Formats: sequence, structure tokens, C-alpha cells
Amino acid sequence: MTVATAMTTGNAPLDAPSHFRTLRLGTPFQPRLDALAKTNDWYNWAGYRAPHSLWDEELEYFAIRSQCALFDISPMTKYRIEGSDAETFCNKVTLRDVSKLKPGRVHYTAWCDDEGFVLDDGTLFRLSPTRFRLCSQERHLPWLLDSAIGFDVAVEEETESIAGLALQGPTAFACLRAAGFAGVEKLKVFDLAEFPHENGAVTISRTGFTGDLGYELFIGRDMALSLWDKLMEAGERHGIRAIGYTALNRARLEAGLIVANADFVTAEHAIRSNRTRMPDEIGLGFMIDPAKAHFNGRRAILEARARKTLRHVLVGLEIDGNVPAEHAIVYHRKNREVGLVSAAMWSPMAKRNIAIASLDLPYGDTVTDDLWVEIYAMRELKYERLMKRAKVVPRPFIKLDRRTANPPADF
Amino acid sequence: MTSFDAIVIGGGHNGLVCAALLAKGGRNVLMLEADAEVGGAARTEEFFPGFRASVAHVLNRLHPEVVRALDLEELGLTVSRSAFAPTVTLSHDGTLILHGAYGEALTGATASEQAAWKNLRAQLLRYAGVLKPFLSRRPPELGGGSFGDMAALGQAALAVKRLGKEDMRDFLRVLLMNVYDLLDEQLTDDRLKGLLAFDAVLGSHLGPRSPTSLLGLYYRLTGESGGAPGAQIVPKGGMGAVVAAMRAAAEHAGVAIRAGAPVAKIVVEKGCATGVVLANGEEIRAGTVVSAINPATTFLALVGAPLLDTGFVRKVKNIRMKGDVAKLNLALDGVPGFAGVEEADLRGRLVIAPSADHVERAFNPAKYGEFSPEPVMEIVLPSLTDPSLAPDGACVLSANVQYAPYALKEGWETGKPKFLAAIMAQLEAHAPGIGKLVRHAELLTPADIEARYRMPGGHWHHGELQADQMLFSRPVSGWSGYGTPVEGLYLAGAGSHPGGGISGAPGMNAARRILAERAEWRKAS
Repeated sequence: MTVATAMTTGNAPLDAPSHFRTLRLGTPFQPRLDALAKTNDWYNWAGYRAPHSLWDEELEYFAIRSQCALFDISPMTKYRIEGSDAETFCNKVTLRDVSKLKPGRVHYTAWCDDEGFVLDDGTLFRLSPTRFRLCSQERHLPWLLDSAIGFDVAVEEETESIAGLALQGPTAFACLRAAGFAGVEKLKVFDLAEFPHENGAVTISRTGFTGDLGYELFIGRDMALSLWDKLMEAGERHGIRAIGYTALNRARLEAGLIVANADFVTAEHAIRSNRTRMPDEIGLGFMIDPAKAHFNGRRAILEARARKTLRHVLVGLEIDGNVPAEHAIVYHRKNREVGLVSAAMWSPMAKRNIAIASLDLPYGDTVTDDLWVEIYAMRELKYERLMKRAKVVPRPFIKLDRRTANPPADF
Repeated sequence: MTSFDAIVIGGGHNGLVCAALLAKGGRNVLMLEADAEVGGAARTEEFFPGFRASVAHVLNRLHPEVVRALDLEELGLTVSRSAFAPTVTLSHDGTLILHGAYGEALTGATASEQAAWKNLRAQLLRYAGVLKPFLSRRPPELGGGSFGDMAALGQAALAVKRLGKEDMRDFLRVLLMNVYDLLDEQLTDDRLKGLLAFDAVLGSHLGPRSPTSLLGLYYRLTGESGGAPGAQIVPKGGMGAVVAAMRAAAEHAGVAIRAGAPVAKIVVEKGCATGVVLANGEEIRAGTVVSAINPATTFLALVGAPLLDTGFVRKVKNIRMKGDVAKLNLALDGVPGFAGVEEADLRGRLVIAPSADHVERAFNPAKYGEFSPEPVMEIVLPSLTDPSLAPDGACVLSANVQYAPYALKEGWETGKPKFLAAIMAQLEAHAPGIGKLVRHAELLTPADIEARYRMPGGHWHHGELQADQMLFSRPVSGWSGYGTPVEGLYLAGAGSHPGGGISGAPGMNAARRILAERAEWRKAS
């Protein structure tokens, strides 16, 4: 049995040793981001200096929807999982049935602790029959290593050694084609393949966090800048723009996607015992497969279902008016508090005032009428209190045919 | 493929008790024992031609409800007052003898020390009595909050309250104290303090001055024999006779016993235990699988970590179970003479632990992976009670020797002869000439005990019996009620509440839990 415990260091010099001097690490793309950062609007993404915006968050958002946007996802936590038991290991750790995930495919999944509470959600890339990459918001190495007991599998963190980019928007494919990645048109949604770049390879998957046509690219740290330069050069005539998180966050909300520790509290972060959530309570119940091999939390999740002890539901809301209801309290009949909005915006694409909210059952499930949100809109040092009607609507809030079109549209 | 209602893995005494009670409850039970003989560390074995002994050699906590439920007295077991054995402290300052049930009378001490002991003994038994009801039921589940759990806690609170205000305060004050300081408060005789300190830490990785070491003495004193708390018996026929009575009870109840049938795997389908696979590949199915072996072996080797939740595997891997006691069996040409001990008292338990400081000093090297150069020990000459254990005129000496750390730094291969020499030097000091009587010496280190009896770490209790691994934390928190995350799989061994020693309590409690669940299930369906 081989269980590796190392943080991959590779050959490239890493920033980690100076973490106490450099409080926010730079990503492999930092020189390019710094050069483009007109707003200097940085935030902390898992210890990295990441842009909220680079030049104009409104226009950055529209770059996603009408051109193509380049977003640095290097800070995303990445684990390399390899070994003859890699599939069965992933199947134990995560909710969805990994035996159905073929090599060259990606799926969105989540994982739970013994009590069935969600530790995180993320994407699982099957790079080969015996090699996976798990990407997530939070860090999980101790959990993954302890989960590996009894499996022939090695788990390594590769967050620092692997750089990542998301290229999202209607001209994303055109941009990749122009960059010379022959065959990328064959990628269907959730497909992945390797393409040559310099002397190495870049892994390109047709995935993303925008609900739009888009791709994600993973490459060794040392080849990161040349990949960026190649994309920016090839994309120039296709309107490529580097963007920050604010724009991406709007796109993901329109796509109805949730963010760990924004729309739900992960089990290891929750301090209050009633803040943890089971998959069913955050809209991830579709991932549960009682027929598959044992997975963490199975017993607790099935028991909660059988005993009907689930207490919450995550829903999409459409709210009257055009004032975003961010972090507004949700009421039933304007007086009974039944939940909270975790993300909200006026959607330029849907032309609707949309939100994601967590509600206490049965509200949002069997009781969906007469729901209201209370919005406090600060207007020149005075709160305008708005009570707006909210309607439970299905997610995603927008559905773009170009996301799944085959072949992807060229421009 | 054969099928049973229940399979009990492991024919140790807890497995036997559990199997017998399940069969009495109407279940069709199969017991599987890996060794050629049932009984585990309680079985009596020949260690030299004509000489027999067992690892467990004193009966001091066989639960009265087990004795009753299995009719063990009718099957030939004597647990009455006539069989009580004294405890003799061996010391160069003269011997002390605790007569009757754990020193109802004390001889060899000054009048004032006798009075102090009378008070302390009464107090210890009173306090142990508060904890005693917990032995025969499953620990209350914290947060579970069932009526039964709350009632159990309420009863314990009531028992504490019933002690009276002063005693209640004192009970709570001393509960997690170390035994050394408590003894210093009330006694002056080093020999008596040495004995009590030894009894408190026997079988655990603690010295008398280690915090919570008093709990070990309470655990010892929650045990009883023939209705007398603290009483001990050197059983006729060796501990093997106790096992034989249990086996007879199990067989009378209809348990099918298969020895020499090691289990390789517990079969789990969709989170439910459905049977076992033997080492020879044979599969046997059952609706209930009871593991009366070590909990870590059960989960990590027989079920396998891949079929268990990660948090649970973490907890199981963290169970501390490195034994610290070695077992010495001597085949002697004749009955040894112990300085200052009358012949009649040789039938009792002889303890070399001349002072509490001595016990503490013996513990010191064990913290760093070394054995005690002057080990402490309890000695029994079982062939005096049952001559069949040795050839005519010859004698068996059986000793539990502390401290012998499982993971000896220098390794037991070279360490064992040195440790044996250290033990023999102690024996020689108290029984001059004993070395010349030795025909054969068998020393079982914890590593030997592990290999021979399939007890990981060679640990008597299948998990240190300390505050963090007791009650609702035994074997791991959240799973103290004999059930496991695998539906239909139960634990029934010493690794579960209340712990080890020849008590039968874990096996009995597990059987009751299983039978109650089935009754509930029947009601529901």
C-alpha cells in the first residue's frame, strides 16, 4: 500500500517558503495580472492575491457574455490522485458514482463527513483510468490522506505546481482554435483532453463556472506565462479580456451555481452546529447514489432521508423590482422569518432580479406561496426598507444553447 | 452455504457469554474461534510438559448477572466466600495480608493504619458503588438523549447525591485524581500504599502519579465475587475451568462452536453485515454478526477501511492499545518459600510492590520504551488450589509483571532475556532459592501475547482503560452502544464498555442490546 503524503514541489521555485514575508502569494500569472490591474482591487483567495476586478467589473462581466474572458483559477485547491485504487478511493470520498466517470471526462461532485454534512463541492477530472485531479474551494489533504487508508493510491496537493485558467464566453472556442489547439472542437461539455504546448502539454476541459461556452486549462507552473501570452495574442481579434472574480461571480449566479462558504457553510468551517448542511439541503441531492459502493456519509444521509430529519432547502428566487436582495431575510406572509438570501443580483441576461436562498423546510419545498424578501437599500445615509415578493424558480436562471452546442460556435 | 441468525467471531470469554445469551434468547448461533480452543487469554494451556497456566489467573470481576444468566454455579464454578483468596504484600519490612474481600481484615499493620484502611476501604467501595451500575448497561449516549440514557445519568446523579453532601463533594473531588496523592492523604504504610497503587495501574500505561490513575482502582473495585465487592478467587482448574463452564452454558443453549476457524473477512453489502468469509474461503451468512475480538482488528482487518467512513476510521486508528504487562509462567520443582509468608497464604495473590514510589519508579522507563529494571508484579501459585495444574510435588508460578512496554525500544528479541533476568532477581529477593527450582520459564511479552492470542498490542483490555477511552468513548465516541456503523455488525469484546478482565459484561451487554433491537424491529414490522 502506498500513500504519499507530500506537497508536490516540482522543480519550479515556489512562493510558499516565504509565506510569512509574503502574506498573499502571487499566482504563476501574477506578472501578467499586475500589468493589467488598473483598479488594484485585490482580495484573498485561499492565500493568493487575486483580483476582484482588473479594469471595470461591469465590462468584465460583459466580456464573459459577449466576447471571451480569461480568469486565473490557479488558487483553486488541486489534488492529484493516482494509483490502481484511484477510482475506488474517489468513489469512497465523493458522492457521485466515479465508476461511471470515464477517462477524459469531468464531473461536478461533493463530499461529506461521517455525519453526512458537506465538506466541499468541486470538480473531479479523470485524466486516465488510474489518475484523477480533484479541484475544490477548501483544503482537504488530511481528510484525503486518512480516507486513503486501505487503498493503493497516492494523494498529493498540486495547487502550487499546476496553474489554471478559465476561458469563458461565446468566442472562447474561436480563441483556442486561433491559438492552434487543433481538435479542441471535438470536446463536448465535460470532456477533457491534452494538447501540446511548448515542450509539454496543457489539459483543456470544456468546463467552467459561467453557464456559458467555456474551457478550463491546466498547465505546469513553468509554462504558465507562455500559455497566457499565446491566448491573449490569439484572442486579440476575438475580444479576449482578463477579468476578476466579481464578474465571474455574477455569471455563476446567473448559471445558478453555488459557492462553498458563500451559499452554504462547509462542515469543517461551521462553528454553530445548525449551520452544517447535507447534500439534499443545498440542492446536491441528485448526487446521492445509494446503489453505488460505500461513500463517506452514506449512512447518515440515507438515515436523514428515511427519518425525514432534513431541515433546509436551497432554492432559486425571482424577486420583484430591480434592487439586488443580497443577504436579505426571507419571510413567509411578510412576518415569519424562513430563510436568508446568500447571493443576489439584477441579471442583465435574464432581465430578472434573481437570488439564491436557503430556506427552512417546509418553506421553499411544499410551501412556496406568499414568500417575501426584506431588502434594506442604503440611500444617502438612510435605509429604504423594501418588502418584495419572491417566487421560487428553477435554476439555472439562464440557459445558453452555446454552452452545449456541438461543434462550438466559431467567429 | 450455511446460514445462522447470528455469528459470533471470537471464542474468548466475552464471545462465549454473548453467544450463550443470544442462543438463550432464541437465536440460532454459530461461534467461530480462530484458535484450536476457545477461551482466549483465559484458556488454560500447557506451557511445559505437565504444567498448565493461563494469562488471566485471578477471578475478581465476573459479573453476577453473567453467573446467574449462564447458571455457571450449577456448571461447577465456585464463586462463594469459601473460595476467596487473600492478598499478600511481599516486602522486606514484613508482610501485610488483606483477608476476605479486598481486605475486610488487614493483618501486619499498626492499629492506626488498620483503622485508616477500614475507613479508606469503605470509602473506595462506596465510591466505586456509584459507578458500578454502569457496568451492566450500555453507556448513556451524549446528545442522543433517549429516555433510558437520561434515566441512567439521572440514577448516577442520584447515587452521588445519596452519598450525602460531604461524600458527594469528596467523590467529585477525587474522581479524576491520581491514586498516589489520594493514598498519601489517608495512609502511612508504604506496603499498603504500594499494593493499592499497583492495583490501580495494573494493566494500564499509567504510573500511580499519573492523573486519573485512581479510576483503575475504582474499576477493580466495581468487580465482585460471590456478592462481595473486591473479592478475588484463584479458580479451581485454573481460569480454563471458568471458560469450560461458559462453554458448557453456550453449548447447552444450543450454540454451535467451531474452533480452528479463523475469520478472514466480514461480508458487507450496502452497509449491512451479511456474514463472514473464513480463512479457508468458506462463506457463512447470518443476519447478525457479532465481533467479540479487538475493535481495530474488526474494522480495519475484517471489514476494511474502504467500507467505513473516514472519520470513524480515524477514531479507530487512534484507540490506544499498547500493552504494558508481561506474563511469566514458571514450572517449578517444588513450592517456593516466600520470606515471611505462611504456607496457607501462598494460595492467595502475592504482590511485589513495596511502595507507591517503587511502582512509580518502575513506570518511569516504560514511558521511554524501556522495561522496568525492578518490575512490580502479582504472583499466583495456581497449582496449590488445583494440583492438576502441575505434576506431583511440582508447582506452577503465574505472574503478571509490569512494566513491559509493547514497543520495547531495543526490541524484545534482545530485551526479553534481560527482562526475565530482572524479574527473576526480584523473585529471588523475596523467595530465596526459587531460581534453583525453575525447570522451565515462559515469559510472554505483550508482543508474544499479541501473537498468541490475537490481541493487538498484547493489551488485556483491547484498548487502554483510561478516562478518554471509557464509557461513551469506548471503543470510540459515538459508537459505545455495541452497535457499529455497519448495520447488523456488533461488538462484544473487552474493547467495548466497560472493558477487560474476566467479567463477561461486554458480551452480556452486547447480547442484551442485540436481543432488544430485534424485539423492537419485530414490533415495528
